[in-house]
Amino acid sequence: MASLVRLQNEIERIKEEYFTRNRIAEENRQRENEAAILIQSWFRGCQVRSYLSHLHRKATIIQKIWRGFTARAHFRQMVKAAYFIMKMNFYHEMSVRIQQRWRGYCVRKYSHNYYARKRYMEGLARKNKQIRRDLEEFSEFQRRERERMAMEREEQEKNVQAQRMHFLLSTKQCPGVFNSPFRPGPDEMELRLRRTKPLPPRNIPRDRASLLGNTSPSSPSFPGVPRAFGAKPLPPIPSKKPQGPFRGPAEVWAQRQRGLEPSLRVQTSISDLEQAQDQLRSGEWRNHTMETMFQPFSKAHQNRSYERMLHTSSSFQPVPYGTKHFREEHQENLQGKQKTASVRVPHE
Amino acid sequence: MSQRQVLQGVMSLLRPLLLDVVPTIQQTAALALGRLASYNEDLAEAVVKGDILPQLIYSLAEQNRFYKKAAAFVLRAVAKHSPALAHAVVDCGALDALVISLEEFDPDVKEAAAWALGYIARHNANLSQEVVDAGAVPLLVLCIQEPEVALKRIAASALSDIAKHSPELAQTVVDTGAIAHLAQMILNPDAKLKRQVFSALSQISKHSVDLAEMVVEAEIFPAVLACLRDPDEYVRKNVTTLMREITKHTPELSQMIVNTGGVAAVIDYLGDSHGNVRLPGIMMLGYVAAHSENLAMAVIVSKGVPQLAICLSEEPEEHIKAATAWAFGQIGRHTPEHARAVATANVLPSLLALYMDTDSSEDLQVKVGS
Repeated sequence: MASLVRLQNEIERIKEEYFTRNRIAEENRQRENEAAILIQSWFRGCQVRSYLSHLHRKATIIQKIWRGFTARAHFRQMVKAAYFIMKMNFYHEMSVRIQQRWRGYCVRKYSHNYYARKRYMEGLARKNKQIRRDLEEFSEFQRRERERMAMEREEQEKNVQAQRMHFLLSTKQCPGVFNSPFRPGPDEMELRLRRTKPLPPRNIPRDRASLLGNTSPSSPSFPGVPRAFGAKPLPPIPSKKPQGPFRGPAEVWAQRQRGLEPSLRVQTSISDLEQAQDQLRSGEWRNHTMETMFQPFSKAHQNRSYERMLHTSSSFQPVPYGTKHFREEHQENLQGKQKTASVRVPHE
Repeated sequence: MSQRQVLQGVMSLLRPLLLDVVPTIQQTAALALGRLASYNEDLAEAVVKGDILPQLIYSLAEQNRFYKKAAAFVLRAVAKHSPALAHAVVDCGALDALVISLEEFDPDVKEAAAWALGYIARHNANLSQEVVDAGAVPLLVLCIQEPEVALKRIAASALSDIAKHSPELAQTVVDTGAIAHLAQMILNPDAKLKRQVFSALSQISKHSVDLAEMVVEAEIFPAVLACLRDPDEYVRKNVTTLMREITKHTPELSQMIVNTGGVAAVIDYLGDSHGNVRLPGIMMLGYVAAHSENLAMAVIVSKGVPQLAICLSEEPEEHIKAATAWAFGQIGRHTPEHARAVATANVLPSLLALYMDTDSSEDLQVKVGS
């Protein structure tokens, strides 16, 4: 009971406190609610976060392991590929070397000989030089020939001029045109005039008598033909044949120039007899076969000793040693053959 | 009086003189006609229109040799101006008469007839074919063997004019054995004859490889190189033309020419000559170098590159510069060695200058650019 009375005393206080507390709680409800929510949310958040971080950690571990696995696989792949590439490069290198050698060998053997080409080029250079030299010589030679011909022609012309102007030669009394007394020496034309022979005077009327003797007008010794010095002989002038039964100039010349015909007595030489005897003698000497002269009544032939023939006197004869035998070698040829009867020659 | 009337008057005056009794008057009238016709194309046309040619051709067969010479001179004078006039001459039946007069004994008549045939054949391939169909080629080859130098000259030039148009015509000329006779005349001292001979050989060899080989088989090399030092300029030019036509076909022919030292001779020729006549020499070097790198190296070894550089710098003409640029291209294109040889000659700056120069022609620029 005491507690009950105490409690009933307390009821007011308790009610008041209840109300106060409810009022306070009501007043703080919002705030406390929010605070509780905050705390709960924060706690939940912590939970979730820890859960998440746990998950993260685990996921990270899984991923880490997985990545490592794939990366290692990939790496293996890469290593294999790199190895393969290295091998291939090596093969390529080596095959390049082989191909180089082989190509060099092929080209050198079959298609392109470097040394032959070099030799060819050197030979070509030499040949070119030689051709150039030859052509130079040739053109030099031609040039000299041309100059020489030109000079000769000039000389000829000047000589012809000198011959025709021979009358301008200076005499003792009167100096010529080219030999003026005021000059230190005579002109070259003057010297040429002195050197050349003048043209002989031309005889213009040519009668028939001289025509007949005119068989070879081109001969230089013929006096009837006046020619310039150095000029070529002129062709024969085709003269009209004289009318009438005249013989040609060659025939007449032959007749007029008939040669000597001596008689037989004159023809024979003074030593004809001796010559004839000599001829006979030499003919006999040539043709005789017997060398010994015929000497009758002389005993010269008796004193001669006998000369052996060379054929029998020399020892160099074919010796049938080993080839010819006295007795038959092959016995079968002797089958049925009788022995020859030996002939006994009685001794005297 | 106008020109035409004057011409007609002249023709009507001369035509009756051709039929005169006195042979000297006939000959002189024909000579006068020939000189008139050769001076001017209108006069030649007037000769054709005045119906004088048939009369001339008819009497070509009958009269004496002076008349034949004068008549052939008239035909040549008319035919030389244009293909139409040459056709008119051929239509009158001149070819048969000319071929008949080629068989004459007198060398002057043969010369005039050969000259007329040469002028007819010069214009185009049809006319050449007609000349060949008339049977002129064997007679011309016979004319070449005659001792007179003038006749040889004209016959060689006629053969050259016939052979230049087409390969078939050149083959016809070769079939009559012309090459051997032409080759014999290479070392003849007469310069004009040599011009014609080399021109004939080059016209023959330019058409095909076979013809060029036949020309080479006549053993003209190395005697031809001696003619490269001839004092006459056109002989040298024709020799280089011949060598160019031979080398352009195949590497073997070029090789043969290089082996006989032809390249060195041509390079010296380029050094000695000036102007347009250098062109065939430059082209020959280009053709030789184009075939293979061996031959290009041979050109370089023979000291061709400095000479070509001199040509490039000296010559003012566009087409010669273009040809030289082309030749350099052919030499340098084979291997780096060749390009180095070209470059060390200090050629590239001048080539570049030519390329940049706006004045130089299209052709030159294209050739330099390649």
